[in-house]
Parts: sequence; structure tokens; C-alpha cells
Amino acid sequence: MSVPLLSTLIFFPVIGALSLLLVDGKEVRTIRVMALIISLIELLLALPLWFLFDKSTYLMQFTEQHAWIPALNINYSLGIDGISILFILLSALITTLSILVSWESIRTKVKEFFIAVLLLEGAMIGVFCALDFFLFYIFWEAMLIPMFLIIGIWGGPNRIYATVKFFLYTLIGSLLMLIGIITLYAQGGHTFDILKLAEQTFPIKLQMMLFWAFFAAFAVKVPMWPVHTWLPDAHTEAPTAGSVILAGILIKMGAYGFLRFSMPILPDATQAMMIPMIVLSLIGIIYGGVICLAQTDLKRLIAYSSVSHMGFVTLGLYALNPQSVEGGILQMINHGVVTGALFLCIGMVYERTHTRVIADYGGLATTMPVFASFFLLFTLASVGLPGTNGFIGEFLILLGSFITRPWIAVFAATGLILGAWYMLWLYQRLFFNAVNDKVLNLPELNRREIITLVPMVLLIFWIGLYPNALLSFMHESVTHLLNQVYGTPEAISQVSTLIMR
Amino acid sequence: MMDTAMISWTAFEPILPEILLVCIALAVIGLDLFAEKQRQLLPWLTVLGCVTVLGMVAGVQNGSAFNGMFLTDSYASFFKIICLLGVIMTALMSEHSRRVEGEMQGEYYGLMLFSAVGMLIMASAGDLMILYLGLELMALSVYCLVGMHKNDPRTSEAAMKYFLMGGFASAILLFGMSLVYGLTGTTNIAKIGAITASGELLHNPALMAALGLMIVAFCFKVAVAPFHFWVPDVYEGAPTPITAFMSVGPKAAGFAVFGRVLMSGFPQFNDQWGTLLAVLALLTMAIGNITALSQRSIKRMLAYSAIAHAGYALLGILSGTAEGLSATMSYLLIYGFMNMGAFAVLILLSAPGNRHESLDDYKGLAKTNPVAAILMLIFMFSLTGIPPTAGFIGKFYLLKAALAAGYTMTVIGAVIFSAISAYFYLRVVRYMYMSEPQEQLDISYSPGISAVLGLALLGVIGLGLLPGAMIGRAASVLLGQ
Repeated sequence: MSVPLLSTLIFFPVIGALSLLLVDGKEVRTIRVMALIISLIELLLALPLWFLFDKSTYLMQFTEQHAWIPALNINYSLGIDGISILFILLSALITTLSILVSWESIRTKVKEFFIAVLLLEGAMIGVFCALDFFLFYIFWEAMLIPMFLIIGIWGGPNRIYATVKFFLYTLIGSLLMLIGIITLYAQGGHTFDILKLAEQTFPIKLQMMLFWAFFAAFAVKVPMWPVHTWLPDAHTEAPTAGSVILAGILIKMGAYGFLRFSMPILPDATQAMMIPMIVLSLIGIIYGGVICLAQTDLKRLIAYSSVSHMGFVTLGLYALNPQSVEGGILQMINHGVVTGALFLCIGMVYERTHTRVIADYGGLATTMPVFASFFLLFTLASVGLPGTNGFIGEFLILLGSFITRPWIAVFAATGLILGAWYMLWLYQRLFFNAVNDKVLNLPELNRREIITLVPMVLLIFWIGLYPNALLSFMHESVTHLLNQVYGTPEAISQVSTLIMR
Repeated sequence: MMDTAMISWTAFEPILPEILLVCIALAVIGLDLFAEKQRQLLPWLTVLGCVTVLGMVAGVQNGSAFNGMFLTDSYASFFKIICLLGVIMTALMSEHSRRVEGEMQGEYYGLMLFSAVGMLIMASAGDLMILYLGLELMALSVYCLVGMHKNDPRTSEAAMKYFLMGGFASAILLFGMSLVYGLTGTTNIAKIGAITASGELLHNPALMAALGLMIVAFCFKVAVAPFHFWVPDVYEGAPTPITAFMSVGPKAAGFAVFGRVLMSGFPQFNDQWGTLLAVLALLTMAIGNITALSQRSIKRMLAYSAIAHAGYALLGILSGTAEGLSATMSYLLIYGFMNMGAFAVLILLSAPGNRHESLDDYKGLAKTNPVAAILMLIFMFSLTGIPPTAGFIGKFYLLKAALAAGYTMTVIGAVIFSAISAYFYLRVVRYMYMSEPQEQLDISYSPGISAVLGLALLGVIGLGLLPGAMIGRAASVLLGQ
């Protein structure tokens, strides 16, 4: 009998969170250490996935299936392929880092905070493992509760507005998706099994309806223009750990949803909506970039840069050829790492200054040189300097979309230029210029903070120099996905030969 | 002569639970009269009795008694379980609040048990007469319960309002029933179903009028708009445990007869009543949810939320399918747990001089009473319908049933209103967790209130994570079998 690895990964943090309940709330140090240990064990538990994963197949692995609500044919069914495995590992890593970064910045209701983070981790991993649409929806919505609390309780001054907006936006989108899921169940032979649903062909009219129902949930989560407006508020007001998890994992789930549900289940609608989706992505890329130039708030700027970067991701996915889709998935990971790291950095400096206004900074490079080096690295990765991971992702997306339609790449490249502009300008305003009085005597990063940032640096260079480590996981799954979208393997090979030329 | 006097005792077997419940009610009153010192035992006696009856109901054979007037089918027993759970939790809550307010213990628990008998009879009613009998037994007991605090003008007003409006609705129901009897010559619901299904009355305006009148009366009983005007005042005025009771027990019983009369008496007219109820359901959700947005009193907010939830529960009935019925049944069971839980927190916080029903009293509750706050948080998320709580399972099942029956626009409306409802449920969470406390509330956990909170939590989380057994049982329910 094999170990139900995925169930363990989902429920270990939940059990860990429950065990924290038993600790006295005043034992702050014990709680922090326990939370960290739980998240580290979780990370260790996730590692076997990496080594045991069979890269030569697109089939679901580590599958588990149990009847859950037999009367409605709902199963507790889990499994991962080359796409979801990466996000599970990323979730485990990001959670650990956000626990580390919250070490001192969370001072009130410490126990509740770590419980919320761990519960969130369980739900996030559940989202990436679920192979039953109903189960997926349960995890998808369950994430809302801890996130609502994390932003609302430990967030900034305007937190309540931000968290309610986040909750309502996501809830409306999700509920519309729920109607889509139920319709799919009714039309698709009374099953919620994602793989079985993907095997069927639905009439195009129904596909279009379902496409929009799913779009409501996924596009809000990504967030795509024009339903992105919750993101700047949520990102800005959330505590550092919340921002990191939001940027690192939560908003990836929207794109993951498109990959896992919209594309394989609704292939005709996906092809039909390709150009509109690309146009929305391009608007997001350029709009996000331009808005970034006008930001005076540090976190808000990074939040809008997420809108722009996630535009690249959806562009890659909907350019619908192997390069761009792989690039899109890789860029999801990259964005999680880089933007997560940037939010970590901002959290660290915010703890020292308690201001997010860019104008309050200046000359940080002289007062905090180590910090400046880290930030520079992350900035360059965000801009997509060759050698860093950002370059690989963006390059693949541009390549793929150029093959699909050359004009797409032209507009997307504009976004890259904007990206370099606002990020480097931000770096200049924060770290160079005259030393601002407010940052005169800031202490340098301590050891815990450096430990938090180092994994991100390693990831940036590892992916940047040897992207195949991650790409090799997704080849088979992406090929299979595109086969599903285009219907036949021949069609996909045509697209590939086009690339070879 | 001997022949007519012969009574077959086995014929009484199906109604043994009801008979036992009447005996317990009498015992409660007797104990109150003759053993004044032992009054603190009354709630426990009530609970014990209801648990016994619950066991009997769960084990009773499917069948019917008195020529089909009284049916013990799986449909009836599911509703009976909901009603009895409602009574049990109310009695446990009352153990806490009566200890504080305590007058007229015997009458209180006695009336509660009599209303429970009424509800059980309603659930089993296979005949319009029996239905009316059960309805009145339940309603009269609840009128008195609402007005229990006779010195409090608020409850007296509530009782008066409820009585007048309730009497009016009963009259309308009787009028409808008499028309049906005049047209079909029978009061047996199944026979009415057979006659209406034969098609000769298909275009009879009098039958339509009768159906309409009965629907109006039922809508009144389960608080469906536009017959909901009594709800906010009565719910707010009644003693809080009774409010919780009304929102679960009588409502479930009301839905039981609603479903049975429509589904087994008028299945042929599904198109007509389905469309009508779809409009009413949307209206109910709209009024309940939108009005709840502006409430400052949590009790009144929960009253409007009860209206909104009646609208959701209606989604199952209006779809006119077996699946719809089981969805409504599952939902009412789940709603019972989560609403009882929310009211239990309300009772927990109320003190003799100050009921602490305002939203402001909940500010910073997470700091002063973390346990109460986390429980309220779970119940609020469940009422919103967020997984992994049971509230989501219930709502999902309802939406699924209504979609399968083709009411797509109604479902989209339901979804939008339920997103609106998130705002006011979450406002409670916001006040508890994201505001600073204003005053220190001293609360004490009595065994009764702890038991209710535990039971409700178990129901909300348990049915949320493992709903398989409940849905399996609800899905296998058949009318008349």
C-alpha cells in the first residue's frame, strides 16, 4: 500500500494548524517555532514529489480516489501532472518563507495568524491536487476564509475596505463558476471528474457559456484587466506574508484554472476566444505598466506590476502553442518567486520605516548595502535580464506569440520596455539619490531575513541558467493539453513545425 | 357492537412517537406543578424525551395509519428529525437563558413539546385535515411561546402580531382547502393528486384559486415574500431561543407540508406553481438579503437572513423534482444547525440588563471572548455558504436541483443575492475580529449552551466535510414510501 502523499500534503498543515490551537496564545515564541517547523516538514514532505515524478507521461500521478458523496457521484480524487507539481512545491516554499518573514512583523493575535496561514496552505495545495471539480471548488473557496482574515486583521490602515472588496470580487466570480460547474455536470454525464469531462465534446454554444462562467472566476483571480481592481487594494493592505502568498500562489490559481479547466474541457471555445483573450492580456500588460509609472506607493507599484506580468502569463497561455504555454507556466513560477521576493523585501524595509511612500526613501544603498544587492537582483529578474528566470519565461512567451501572430509580440515587447522603465526608476528612487533622513540609521538585514531571501535568489539563477529543470516536467503535460485543445496530434505538430522554421 | 369497539393496536404503531411526545409534555407540566424544586430538570427532561422520540422516528417502519391520513414515509421521518433536532437545541439553549430569565418553566417546555407534536403531525400529514390539525397545534403553541415574557411590551406586540397574521393565514389555508374539497370530494392528498392528474380539472379556475390560496398560506408560514412582513418584528420581539426555534422547527414543518401538498397533491400543475414560486423565491431573496444589509441589530439581521434562506430553500420545492425535495430537506437540516449556532452565540452574549443584540456589542469580541468569536465566525461563513462549511453543501445542492429543473435565471439570481449576503454576514466577522472591543462582556458557558454550540459546530463542520450520508438519505427519500 502506497502512502497517500497528496492527502498528507493537504492535511498535514491543517492538522498542524489545529495543533497550534492547543498552545497558549501568549507563548508567542513557541507558536512561531512550531509554525515554522510545520511548514518545513511540509516542504520536506513535498520533495518526494520532485524525485518520484515520472516526466515521461502526461497521465495524472500520485492519484487517490475515494467516494465522497456517492449520491451525487462526487469523489475525493487527487492527482498531479507536470503542471500542478510545480505549484505544489512553490506553495510549500512560499508558505515557509512567509512564516519566516512574519516572525517579528506580526505582533498581535500571533497564534491566529499562523493558524490562518497554515490552513491557507492546506487549501492551496488542495486546489492544485483536486481532480474532481466539486472538490476543487471546495478548496478554491475555502482559501477565501483565511485570506479574508489575514488581510482584514493584520493588514494596513485601509484593510477592511480591501479585504471586503477582495472577498466579494472573488465570491461573485466563484459563484458564477459554480453555476458553470453544475451545468457541466448536468450536460456531461453526471460527473465532476475533470479527466472524464475533458474527454467529452460539448456543443460550441454551451462551451461559450461555460467559458464565460469560468472566466468570471479565473479572470478575477488572475487578475485580468478589467477585473483587476481588487488586487492593488488587497496587495497594498495585506501584511507582508499575505502579499507574498497572494502574489506567489493565489493569483496563479486563476491561470491554473484556465489551464486545467477552460482549455481541456472547452477546447472549441478556447480557440474561438483566443484573440479576445490575447487582447485582454495585452491591455493588461500595457495598462499595468503605464499605471506603475504613476504610483507613489511602493506596494501598489508592485501590485500593478503583477497585473502587467500576469498579462504575460495569460498571453502565453492563450497564444496556444507549446513555447508560449510552457513560457506562461514558467512565468507563473517566476512571477511567484520574483514578486514574492520583492514583497518580502518591501516587508522587511517597511518593518524598519513604517512607510510605503516611495518619496520617503532614497539612498538606501548607502545605509543598507546588502539589502540593496538583494533588491537589485530581484529588480533585474523582474525586468527579465538574461541569466535570470524572468528572461526565460518572457522570451518563450514572446517567441510563442510571435509565431501565433507577430503583432502580438510587438505589443508585448512594449510591456517589457515599460517594465524595465518603472522597475529601474523605482530602484533609483529607493536606493540612489540623496540619503533621505527617514532612512538614515536603518539597521542592515539580520540573519533571519537573509535566510528568507536566499532561496529566492537561488531559484532565480537556477531557473535562469537551467530552465530545463522545470520545463522538462511540463513538456508532456503541455503537449497533451494542446492536443486536447486542437483535437488531434497532427494539428499540434503543424504548429510545432512552424516553430522549427 | 363488538366489531366496532375492537381496536387494532398495531394501527397505532406509526403514531407512537407522537403519543410519547404528548406524554412527555404532560409529564413536564406535571413536574412543574408538583415538584417545584426540581424545575431545573425540565429542560433535560425535554431533551431526553426528544432524543428518545428521535430514535423512534428514525427506526419507525414506513407505512401509514388511519386510512392514509397519517403517513410515516421516509420524507416525513427526515423532516421529523429536523424538527426534533430543532426542539432539542432550543431546549438546551433555554436551559441557559431561562436560568437567567426564568419564569413559567413548565408552560414553556410543555408548549415547546406540544408544538413539536404539531410539527411531527404536519410532517406526516397525508390528509388536509390532519395537516391543518398539526399546523394549528404547532402555531397556537408558538404564539404563546412568543408572548412568554408578558411584561415585556416588545414580546407582547410580537405575539399579538404573529397571532393575528397567523390566524389570517390559517383562514386563507382553510378557504383553499375547502375549495379543493369541493372540487375533488376528498381531503386525502394522494387522492387529490390522482384526481388532479386525471386532467379533467386542468383548466378549472376554481382549482387554480384554491392552489393559489394554499400557496399563499404556506408562504406565510415559511416566511416567503411578500408574506414576510410579520417576520422581522416577531423574530426580534420573541425571546431569543424561541426566535431560533421558529426559524428552524416551524419553518421546516411548513416546508414539509408545502412540499407534500404541491408534489403529491398537484404534480400536474408543476409548470404553474413552479413559475410562481420562482418569482416569489427571487423576491424573497432580494428582500431578505438587501434589507439585512442595513440592520444594526444582529437579531433583526438574522430575521431578514431567515427570510432570505426561505427563498433559497424554495429553490428545491419549485423545481418540482425528487432531487429538489431532497435538496430542500438537506438544506433545512443544515440551516437548522448553522442558524441555531448563530442564535446560541447571541444568547451566550446576552446579559439580564442588556441583550447585547447590536452589532456594536460584537466589536472586538475576538479579543474578549475568542471562543465565542470563532464559533460565530464559522456560523457566519456557513450562512454565507462558503466551503468547507455545511452551508455551502446545502446551497450547492439546491442550485444543482434548480438548474437541473431548468430554472437558470432563478439560479443566477440566487447566486447574486448570496454574494450580496456575504457583505452583512462578514460584517459580523469584521466587527468581531477587526475592531477594538468597547466593553468587556462577561459570559458564562452553561452545560446547555455548550451542548448547543458543540452540536451546531459538529453539524456545520461535519456535514460540510462528510455530507455523503445525509445527502444519500435525502436523495433516497420518496413521497409516500
